[in-house]
Amino acid sequence: MKSALLPERGAGDRMTAIFWRRPRVLLALLITPPLLWLGVVYIGSLAALLLQSFYSIDEFSGLVVHEFTLKTYIELLRPANFDIIRRTLLMSASVTLASAVLAFPIAYYAARYATGRWKAVFYLGVMLPLWSSYLVKVYAWKLILAKEGIITWVADGLGLGFLLDAALALPGVGGNSLSTSFLGTFIVFVYVWLPYMILPMQAALERVPKSMLEASADLGASSAQTFRTVILPLAMPGVVAGSIFTFSLTMGDYIIPQIIGTSARFIGLAVYQLQGTAGNLPLAAAFAVVPIIIMLIYLSLAKRAGAFDAL
Amino acid sequence: MRSENRAPKSLTLAAIGGLLFLHLPIMLIFLYAFTTEERTYQFPPPGLTLKWFAVAWNRADIWPPLYLSLMVAAISTMMALILGTLCAAAMARARFFGRNQLSLLIILPIALPGVITGMSLRSAFSLMDIPFSTLTIILGHATFCIVIVFNNAVARFRRLSGSITEASADLGANSFQTFRYILLPNLGSALLAGAMLAFALSFDEVIVTTFTAGQQSTLPIWMLQELVRPRQRPVTNVVAIVVFATTFIPILIAYYLTRGGSETAGGGK
Repeated sequence: MKSALLPERGAGDRMTAIFWRRPRVLLALLITPPLLWLGVVYIGSLAALLLQSFYSIDEFSGLVVHEFTLKTYIELLRPANFDIIRRTLLMSASVTLASAVLAFPIAYYAARYATGRWKAVFYLGVMLPLWSSYLVKVYAWKLILAKEGIITWVADGLGLGFLLDAALALPGVGGNSLSTSFLGTFIVFVYVWLPYMILPMQAALERVPKSMLEASADLGASSAQTFRTVILPLAMPGVVAGSIFTFSLTMGDYIIPQIIGTSARFIGLAVYQLQGTAGNLPLAAAFAVVPIIIMLIYLSLAKRAGAFDAL
Repeated sequence: MRSENRAPKSLTLAAIGGLLFLHLPIMLIFLYAFTTEERTYQFPPPGLTLKWFAVAWNRADIWPPLYLSLMVAAISTMMALILGTLCAAAMARARFFGRNQLSLLIILPIALPGVITGMSLRSAFSLMDIPFSTLTIILGHATFCIVIVFNNAVARFRRLSGSITEASADLGANSFQTFRYILLPNLGSALLAGAMLAFALSFDEVIVTTFTAGQQSTLPIWMLQELVRPRQRPVTNVVAIVVFATTFIPILIAYYLTRGGSETAGGGK
């Protein structure tokens, strides 16, 4: 090119010229490798999961029959399997609720009152437990909840051993010790997923303008009224956003109920056992499709509640 | 008169109580690594000893899982670094068809429960008769690490002013020189932070790994087996401290690397 200011210096310059004239070429070059990876590895696997769930297992040989059938999905509705799904949903819902209640004071304080150094303390204070090793956190609770562990020791020391015994005597959720009861499973779930609730909640609360709270006070609202009619509605998208995490993570987890709790199964544990020792891949796949469908419904509801603006 | 900016006492107490609830349990692991009690989780420990560190060091069954975990984390991080950065570069400026769907696709591996990612990969390996190997573990880890690098990189890309790349072009640099001398130095700390977090996530991952590892064991899988069927409990405590430190330190570094920016190191784990 005669009009070029500088002479071309090789392939790099030539390609730059192409990128300049056709930005789409650069875009395509950038996007293709990650797209291929996610498309093949991830979407491909999800498709394999779906496909597998429509296969069935031969009861005599124990081999997977590669023929389309709805038999496996019908099996999900058997009382024993349906119980697993119901139990998982109940646990996810209670964990989400408890996390929201526990998260609120932390999120509210961090959003409204913490400044400077304290802001950083709160940020790291939530971020570090969120990121630190999941297995180590679960393990720590195994130590804490054990019959000979610190909770029993503290309760006995304070003369509150009867309260602990009363909690463990509760039908349905109690057990021999906290580490072998539903109560224990519940506590550990709440602990492990709590930071995922705090962060979006704090983000939503930070966006509540201070002037609104002042206006509410000027108009004669008590702090309880301000909380109920101003803060809570405005924080709701954050709560819903956080609940997406706590709900989804509880629903899919199989490590916690395996280590802490009764031997009652949850969806995650059922998937794990079915694909492993039982060797029933189709039923395991069908079980794994359940949380996907529930999360899709949940996400579309959350989208309507405006939760994605708070993420 | 009560100042407007002072929190009510009950709120302060609840907030601090919440933070303690998040942190105290982890501290306990450190105490238990020194206990003399071998068979139970007795509290308070009857005595303190340093011997478990030596015992753990000499246990031959801990080293191979540790090496495997380090290798998987390193390779997955490298792959996620490349793929995540490419994705961020494409998504940061351009508007194109399917952009929203793509951003959903990137987040999906971490938004859906790990058991789904794991079971999906397991189904695919089974349908295609792919035997379990180190490669199958890496495949899973790299997939959910992409989003971590992506989040860090895309935030930095958005903060970078477009005019610096234009200035670079005006001064005669081609795209590759602009990348090498302008973009890379500016992206550096964000990419390093993303890599640190991806490494921590991969090193610690257990749910997806149990589905893709077959008979191999990474350090978290080793720990899980010890949790289900304990053999020498204090040795597990020592390993727990090692796992904790190996994830904790990169997270702290990532925090300091991205502090003050609009991007938050942990956003969207």
